[in-house]
Amino acid sequence: MATEMAEAATRVVDLVVGVAGDTGVTPGIMTTGEMLTLAVSRVGYDIYTFQTNPAEIKGGQAWYQLRLSDQQLLSQGNDVNVLIAFDEEGFEKNEKVLADGGVLIYDASAYEPHPSREFRLVGVPMTKIAREQVRFPLAKNMVGLGAAAALVDLDLQVIRRMIEQKYAAKSMEIVEKNFACVELGANYVRSELGLSPIVRLKPIPRPERLVLSGNEAISLGALAAGCRFFAGYPITPASTILEFMMRELPRFGGVALQMEDEIAALASCIGASVAGKKAMTATSGPGLSLMVELLGLAVMAEVPVVVADIQRAGPSTGMPTKTEQSDLNLALYGGHGDAPRVVVAPSSVGDAFYTAIRAFNLAEYTQGPCILLSDANLANRKATVDRPDSQGVKIVNRLLAPESDERLPKPFPRYQITMSGISPYAVPGMKGTYFVATGLEHDEYGAPNYTPEVHTAMSHKRFRKLESAYANRNGDEWVSLYGARGEADLGVISWGSNEGVIREAVAQANAEGYKVAFAHVHVLNPLPEKELKAFISRVRRVMVAEINFAGQFAHLLAGRFKIDPIPLTKVSGTPFTPQEVLDGIRDAAA
Amino acid sequence: MTTTVTTEKTTGQPEERFDFKGMIEPVWCPGCGDFALLNAIRSALRQMPEVERQNTIVISGIGCSGRVAAYLGVYGFHGVHGRALPTALGVKEANPSLNVLVMGGDGDGFSIGGGHIPHAARRNPNMTYIVFDNEIYGLTKGQVSPTSPKGLAGKSTPEWPALEEPLNPLAMLIAYNVSFVARVYAGSPKTTTQIVKEAIAHPGFAVVQAMSPCTTFYNTYKLWAKQVRTLPEDYDPTDRMAAFARALDTETMWLGIFYREERPTYEEMIAQQAARLRGDEELSDDERLRRLIDSFV
Ligand SMILES: Cc1ncc(C[n+]2csc(CCOP(=O)(O)OP(=O)(O)O)c2C)c(N)n1
Ligand code: SF4
Ligand SMILES: [Mg+2]
Repeated sequence: MATEMAEAATRVVDLVVGVAGDTGVTPGIMTTGEMLTLAVSRVGYDIYTFQTNPAEIKGGQAWYQLRLSDQQLLSQGNDVNVLIAFDEEGFEKNEKVLADGGVLIYDASAYEPHPSREFRLVGVPMTKIAREQVRFPLAKNMVGLGAAAALVDLDLQVIRRMIEQKYAAKSMEIVEKNFACVELGANYVRSELGLSPIVRLKPIPRPERLVLSGNEAISLGALAAGCRFFAGYPITPASTILEFMMRELPRFGGVALQMEDEIAALASCIGASVAGKKAMTATSGPGLSLMVELLGLAVMAEVPVVVADIQRAGPSTGMPTKTEQSDLNLALYGGHGDAPRVVVAPSSVGDAFYTAIRAFNLAEYTQGPCILLSDANLANRKATVDRPDSQGVKIVNRLLAPESDERLPKPFPRYQITMSGISPYAVPGMKGTYFVATGLEHDEYGAPNYTPEVHTAMSHKRFRKLESAYANRNGDEWVSLYGARGEADLGVISWGSNEGVIREAVAQANAEGYKVAFAHVHVLNPLPEKELKAFISRVRRVMVAEINFAGQFAHLLAGRFKIDPIPLTKVSGTPFTPQEVLDGIRDAAA
Repeated sequence: MTTTVTTEKTTGQPEERFDFKGMIEPVWCPGCGDFALLNAIRSALRQMPEVERQNTIVISGIGCSGRVAAYLGVYGFHGVHGRALPTALGVKEANPSLNVLVMGGDGDGFSIGGGHIPHAARRNPNMTYIVFDNEIYGLTKGQVSPTSPKGLAGKSTPEWPALEEPLNPLAMLIAYNVSFVARVYAGSPKTTTQIVKEAIAHPGFAVVQAMSPCTTFYNTYKLWAKQVRTLPEDYDPTDRMAAFARALDTETMWLGIFYREERPTYEEMIAQQAARLRGDEELSDDERLRRLIDSFV
């Protein structure tokens, strides 16, 4: 907490830029936001984006939000300081989030805004400049980008390099035309309108960092963990993992397949894992619903497999492009029978890399399924992250049986009862032995067995593996603690992508004099009981913050720890803002 | 399988001589066609020294027939109902050197798992799928299956005979362009062994419809004995139209290889694409990962 307050105090630049418009009329809306993001990151600033793609296949209002600062960012921020609105609807829809006195950059050849509050109006005839001066009307968004760059005093040469990276392979002419639009937009602001910058983004010298989305971080983490088989079925917002893996996994000697449905996707991952490969699938709620029978198979047959669920708003087809954390119950309990599985959740883009590795480690260690619960909020947004340390992380591989040189094959005790519950694995192809993995209840050799003794012993074994994983976490932090260290009036507990925004709000609340502690849970099953018990015992009241209607995690904690937590929930399809959490804390602590 | 199985004994002992017998004795009903199919499959494997025991894995579905995975003394995976094909695909693509055999019933393969067949056909993985077709649901005690003849009343549903037309699996497989399509009959063990051998040797996706009477719920031995005939000597299995004609002739239960075509396997195509993506540069995985991470600066 000390560091957060120190950071907040030394923060010099903290600006939120929004880009809005109809992608049917201005196809480059998202590109404008992305280029600004990359350029700002290149000059050393922290970035944190949030975007909503239109639900329409082509066209519709899009929104790209970029928060930038010289210090670490934990959330997307609250109000927008600079709004670039390419059309009137884009302005009107988003006027409410523009801070009083904020800057509105608009296409003066498209509309004249009629704001209901006091803003600084920066009208730039974007369409006219792109069409008449550059003869490239498609790049009107680049005029807007140039105008924004001038207002934050961003080095245009950095933008030029981004344009080259994106279009040089196509043609240098396209590079020149795009850049001409950027320069003209900047000049218009400086010379025609005579405006000086509202902030100056002077380059900050620091080691290069990455700009990643949550889905990219998960994919890279999977590769680092040793994932060598991937199978998926397209679904928003998980498809980009499938696309990433199909492009990259073969380079690592792995295989990535687009299957005919999610059932086939998980089935083939389970098959690949039986054959000895580390395997993963990625989907969203509707796909996870289809997979539950196979999750039970992975539990019963003891097959390691990672299932990434990039949650979206449900139920049913729901709101495919909107975020929610409402698949927790499905992840924890989905399926019939007593089917223990590990559930982990990344807390930020940077953490998603390490959470993917943790997911593989836990799947391989427990020889069972591990569900990774991300969400639409993390999936698409970009953030600056330190270069991940792929050398320094621990990689766990499943326990293997020693090679045997028996001439005649001897049945292998695949499901041997052990103290930890974990039994050695023989990879098919290994000489001297064989076994049949099975979804039927079985004895230690995998032979079907329905006796009370065996079902009891094997159920214990399957649950014991998760207890062993918790006992052997060896310094792996399953809960992160922030805010007040000792006794506190309020203890916030959360999971998944809310970590940053809650840290920010908790720091603010403590600065205001409240006494608030925060525990963020990274492993949702097996639940880190000791850490949570200790946390709960030192706070007067518990508030559980999550993006779902029913308060799924709150119910879980209420039952497990006999507490009556205050739910802080939200179901608007968007993540928490720091203000919303702060208001929740104020209400609860009052 | 008229009574519920509770315990199956494990011998835990190595075999005297390897003969593709598992550690578990089959639990099928006396006279079940699956015994004859199992023996024919064992003979085929014994006669194929190129099929190494430790590199062979049987993936099976759920049903009486699905139990076969445990009866062959090789690696096996007895998974869930209807998903043997995609499970097997994962095994095969993860380790193409494994000899992958897929087995299950007509309900498992043509009803709940029917949606996976066309996609396996499109991919053409080098694996063999033997469907034990008894035209009935055996394990669940005699309900009609997608291959049950119209009008058949299952023993457990006597008041409601099937209103549905039966599927024609062979015509369907040929239409899906499965690269090897054959039918065998439990009552003709020699041809069965021969055709199973050819199916395993076929470099691509081979599907064998293996007719297997269910003595308990739908005893078809007498009926089928009258219907079976071996495809004529001069039959040309590379002629797809001829294959359709034989498949559509439902008066006769033709046995033999209906259709075969050699085309690139999924493994070969995947390897080719991967080589193209990898390029010529020899790089360690660590170095590749470092470069990939660098591309996000
Ligand atoms: C998802 C699911 N639904 C239903 C069942 C019950 N079930 C087990 S086997 C079977 C059908 C068996 O028929 P078939 O596949 O033809 O195999 P056979 O027993 O005839 O060899 C059914 C419906 C199941 N195990 N799983
Ligand atoms: S298929 Fe029929 S005869 Fe064979 S084991 Fe099952 S119920 Fe018995
Ligand atoms: Mg059947």
